[in-house]
Amino acid sequence: MAKLKIEDLDKITEDVRRKMTIREGGGNVKITVHMGTCGIAAGARTVMSVFLKEIETHNVKDVIITTSGCAGLCSKEPMATVEFGDQAPVKYIELNENKVKKIFDDHVLKGKFVTEYALSIGSERIQ
Amino acid sequence: MKNYRLQLMVCAGTGCVSNHSFEIKDALEKEIEKQNLQNEAQVVLTGCNGFCGAGPLLVVQPDGIFYQLLKTTDIPLLVQEHLIKGRPVKKLLYTPPEEKIPIPKMMDIPFFSDQTLIALRNRGLIDPENIEDYIARGGYKALAKVLTSMTPDEVLAEIKASGLRGRGGGGFPTGVKWETCKRAHGDEKYVICNADEGDPGAFMDRSIIEGDPHAVIEGMIIGAYAIENVRQGYIYVRMEYPLAIKRFQIAIKQAREYGLLGENIFDKGFNFDIEVRRGAGAFVCGESTALMASIEGRPGEPRAKYIHTVEKGLWERPTCLNNVETWVNVPQIILKGSKWFTSIGTGDVSIDPWGGSKGTKVFSLAGKVNNTGLVEVPMGITLREIIYIIGGGIRDGKKFKAVQTGGPSGGFIPESMLDLTVDFEELTKVGSMMGSGGMVVTDEGNCMVDMAKYFLKFTQDESCGKCIPCREGTKRMLDILEKITNGDGTEEDLILLEELSNMIVESSLCALGGSAPNPVLTTLKYFREEYEAHVNDKKCPARICCQLNTYTIDEKICLEIGHGCDVCKKYCPDGAIIGEIKKVHYIDPAKCSKCGACYDVCNFNAVNIQ
Repeated sequence: MAKLKIEDLDKITEDVRRKMTIREGGGNVKITVHMGTCGIAAGARTVMSVFLKEIETHNVKDVIITTSGCAGLCSKEPMATVEFGDQAPVKYIELNENKVKKIFDDHVLKGKFVTEYALSIGSERIQ
Repeated sequence: MKNYRLQLMVCAGTGCVSNHSFEIKDALEKEIEKQNLQNEAQVVLTGCNGFCGAGPLLVVQPDGIFYQLLKTTDIPLLVQEHLIKGRPVKKLLYTPPEEKIPIPKMMDIPFFSDQTLIALRNRGLIDPENIEDYIARGGYKALAKVLTSMTPDEVLAEIKASGLRGRGGGGFPTGVKWETCKRAHGDEKYVICNADEGDPGAFMDRSIIEGDPHAVIEGMIIGAYAIENVRQGYIYVRMEYPLAIKRFQIAIKQAREYGLLGENIFDKGFNFDIEVRRGAGAFVCGESTALMASIEGRPGEPRAKYIHTVEKGLWERPTCLNNVETWVNVPQIILKGSKWFTSIGTGDVSIDPWGGSKGTKVFSLAGKVNNTGLVEVPMGITLREIIYIIGGGIRDGKKFKAVQTGGPSGGFIPESMLDLTVDFEELTKVGSMMGSGGMVVTDEGNCMVDMAKYFLKFTQDESCGKCIPCREGTKRMLDILEKITNGDGTEEDLILLEELSNMIVESSLCALGGSAPNPVLTTLKYFREEYEAHVNDKKCPARICCQLNTYTIDEKICLEIGHGCDVCKKYCPDGAIIGEIKKVHYIDPAKCSKCGACYDVCNFNAVNIQ
C-alpha cells in the first residue's frame, strides 16, 4: 500500500460504504424478499440473486436486502417489498427476472413505483 | 469486492473468544458454504460488544438481530431459518430477566439502547484488524483535519475547551496536562498510552484496544501534534492481554504502511511513530511514574511526584501519559467539536477545568447484576439507571446492598445513595472514586467486611513495597480484618483500623497506597453495623465469614429428602460428621473447624447456619 493522501480517506470510505451501510442497518432503500417455503418454491432465490446482481452492476451503496418469511399470499409468490426512503413500502407480486430489473431501475434507483407489478402500497397493520 | 447482502458480526472480544466464538465463526462459514450462500453472507470478527455475560454473540446485519449464548450446534438451524428464510430463531434471542418474549433487535435491548457511545462507537461494527473498516467509519479524518486546518495551539485549545478529563481514574483535565507538557522545557518529548489496566474486573481498555485499536493510535498522533516536539509514542500493555497486544501490533503495522505513522504524515511534514511496550502485569505499573520506570527497563516502582512527569517523565524528558479511553475520545472531539462534547455530562468546564465531568465513561459492570459487561454511559447518569436499567437489576431477585466503583481501591456506595449522579466529584465526595470504571454490585448475600478484606488483600499483594505506609500499613490493616472475620475483633480494632486507614491515605507515596483503604473506610462508614455484629455479637449477618457461623444438620431434611446421602461426610476435612449412608448425619461441634464445606456440598440444603 502506497502512502495515504488525505483524499484517499474518502475514496476508501466510498469503496467500503456498501458493507458499512449493511452493518449499520442504514441505507436509503430496503428490499425485502419473501422467502417462505412457498416463495422459495416459486423462485424467490432467483429474485434475490437478480436483485444482488443489479446492485453489483449499478454499484449502488445504500440499498440493503433482507429476507422475511411467507407474506401470506402464497399464490402470488415470488414477492418482494421495496421501501424507498420515507415512502410507503410497496409489495410486488409474481416476480421474474425482467420484472425485478424494471423494479430495480424505476423504484430502487429512482423512487418511482412500478404500479403494474404492485399488489398494494403500504403494509398491513400489525397489532 | 464481493457483493454481500448480509454481514454476520461475530464478537471476538476476549470474553466471547473464551466462550468459543472462533468455533462459531468456523461453523457459520462451513454452513454458509454448504447452503451455497458464500456470495451473499460475510462473516466478520469484531471487537467486544460489551454484553459479555451473554457470549458468544452474533449480530446479523442489516436486520440488527442479536443472537446470544450460541453453540456450534445451533448454527445449521440459524443459517437455514434466518439467512435463507429471514426468520430470526427465537430460542437464540435475548429474553430480559423475568420476561417471556424475546427481543430480536439489538437496539431494542435496554442494555444497548440506553448507552451513549463515543469511546466504543465502533464496537461490533468494524473488523479491528482491518484499517479500511476504521477509515470507513470516519477514522483518521480527525488527523487529516488537524494536519490541514489546525495549528497545534488550536488543537490544544479545542481539547481544553472540551473539558475532557483523564479516564484512567484521576480525572485530571487532559487539556491542562497537554499544555503543561507543551510548555515544559525540552526538544524531545514523549506521549504514552497507559493500557496497563490492572483493576480486577475492569476490562474497558482491553476491549477498546481489541475492538478499535486505530482510534487509540489516531488520538495519540493528534496529541503528539498538539504538544509538539514529540516524535515517539509508547503504548504500555500488560502481557495478560495477548489479543490486545496483537491487535495493536497489527494496527501499528497497517498505519505505518498507509503512511499514518512515520515520516511526513499526509505529506504535512509531521513525523511520529509508536511502539508497543509490554508490562509484566504488576498493578503498580499502572501508576504513571512506575509505568515509565518499567518502560525504561527499571523495576516498576513509583517515585514522589513533586517533579511532575509532564516536566520530567520518561528518560527525564517531558512526557504526556493518558489512558486508552482518554486517547480514543480525542479524535471524536476534534471531528465533532468541543461544544458537542460539553453538551454531554455535568457541570461547567468553561472557566474551571475541574468544574464538571463531560462526555461519557465506560464502566465494566460486574457482580450480582443480571447483565454483566461493558457499558458506556453519559456522565451524570445515576447509579440506579446503570444498575437497574442497563444492568437489568439484581440477580435472582435479591436485594441490592452496595456498589463499589473505581476498582479495588474504590469505595462502597450504599442503597441510600443510588440516585447519586456519576461524575468525578460526586463519587469522590461519598468516599469512592471514578477510578478506571470498575463497578462491582453486591447484594444482601455479601458480607461487607469480607468484601473490604478481599479488595484490601489485592492491593496489599500488589503494593510494591517502596514506601512504609503502604507496605506495612496495609498489611496491618489486613491482619485486623482477618482478626475481625475470625471472631477475635474488638471495638478498639475498629478505631485502630480507621486510624491506620487515614494515616495510609495521607502518607503513601503514590495513589495505590493513597486509595487502598477506601473499601475499608467506606464500609466502616456506611455498614458499621456489620463490623459491630462481627466484633460484638461474633456474628456475620450475611453468614459469609464461616468462622463466625455454627453449622448444624437438619435431621428431617437429611433423612427424608437426602436419604442420608453421606456426601458431606466425604467432604468434611475434619472428620466432624457422624453418620452412615441412609441414616441421619450430625456434626460434632468439638471437631468442626467451621470451614463450611458441608454447607457448600449438600444438595438438599440440609445444613443450617446459625
